[in-house]
Amino acid sequence: MKQIKVLGRGCSNCRNTIQLIEEVAGAHGEPIELEKVEDIQVIARYGVMSTPGVVIDGTVVHAGGMPSRDKVEGWFSSGN
Amino acid sequence: MTALAHRWTREHPQLLLLLGAGLWLVLYRTLIPASEALVSLLPVTRESHLGSALQFFFYDTPKVLLLLTGIVFVMGMINSYFTPERTRALLAGRGAGVANAMAASLGVVTPFCSCSAVPLFIGFVQAGVPLGVTFSFLIAAPMVNEVALTLLLALFGWKIALLYLSLGLTIAIVAGWIIGRLRLEAYLEDWVRELPPAQALSDDGTVHLQDRIESGVNNVRDVVGRVWPYIVAGIGIGAAIHGYVPQDFMASIMGADRWWSVPLAVLMGIPMYTNAAGVIPIVQALLAKGAALGTALAFMMSVIALSLPEMVILRKVLKPRLIATFIAVVACGILAVGYVFNAVL
Repeated sequence: MKQIKVLGRGCSNCRNTIQLIEEVAGAHGEPIELEKVEDIQVIARYGVMSTPGVVIDGTVVHAGGMPSRDKVEGWFSSGN
Repeated sequence: MTALAHRWTREHPQLLLLLGAGLWLVLYRTLIPASEALVSLLPVTRESHLGSALQFFFYDTPKVLLLLTGIVFVMGMINSYFTPERTRALLAGRGAGVANAMAASLGVVTPFCSCSAVPLFIGFVQAGVPLGVTFSFLIAAPMVNEVALTLLLALFGWKIALLYLSLGLTIAIVAGWIIGRLRLEAYLEDWVRELPPAQALSDDGTVHLQDRIESGVNNVRDVVGRVWPYIVAGIGIGAAIHGYVPQDFMASIMGADRWWSVPLAVLMGIPMYTNAAGVIPIVQALLAKGAALGTALAFMMSVIALSLPEMVILRKVLKPRLIATFIAVVACGILAVGYVFNAVL
């Protein structure tokens, strides 16, 4: 199961990103553990400068703005 | 159909850009006469209170929104050249002075959202960008942005827009330089100073024209989608002021001969949390009723650059003394702008 963290301070882009990830994961039928990280200290430790950032299993895969649907699709298809 | 359109944009990005520009120009040319015709059809005379308010609203709303869409799109394409990571790499390890000017200018073109202000701040400091240089960036980024400049261009003309741009940059450069000279690194929160240093690397992936177009479209969806209600509300309030507030009413409160009007405008601006989009149409209407330009500019800058919610977020990384210094230095800059303008114009 993928552990996904969305880093961001709850602006609309962060909420949309979470929604998009849930949607794509649901479409692929892949169970995920989604966590929203708002603590600025934790965000800083990942070295993410522009939010929202996305961390999958401990690796930063995206930072800055909402990821495109294609990009999110890529995170899920590579595992299979 | 969408697949075809998708392939077409990948293969002919230049054509698409040209087509879009043409369409925009045609729309811009037709929208304004159309909105004028619409107002003349309404059963109110132009001379009445309601008539002049409606005229202002219907004339300015389409103009501003269309200009905004165009400029935000172009800025989105420009933004794709300046990611925060690349900006950081450009600034790391540079001395004060030139770096302050660079940071302020980069603040205008780097994509910035107020909710990323703090992570950005930490990222800069971690990579060894001097504190004062970081502040130059942080002051310029929200104050001198494409939304503010577009509204100024649409409602006040290019001279005032240019003036605002140069004054905003000057404040950011000078304030950042002063903060750098004061050596306030000790007033960063302890956990920020204990973070491991980061390498300022920029990912130099090749970006194609179609990606930049996509970045422009995303910027429009993001920015215009977010600010249009503020603009409509702002123009609505502005229209009401235009129609109903008596001529020269504001001269007694915000006129140039009242020395206290500039500091009052700055103070009033701090707790107000709206963005450039909401405040500029209101300011334009106040000016028409006799407010002085310097006072109005000071109010506008204070609302945008010194906002209470942003201070609350910054408090997580800055100790109170550094926040107080930041507010004081920027407020002084804005006061100077207000007084100079009232004296000169």
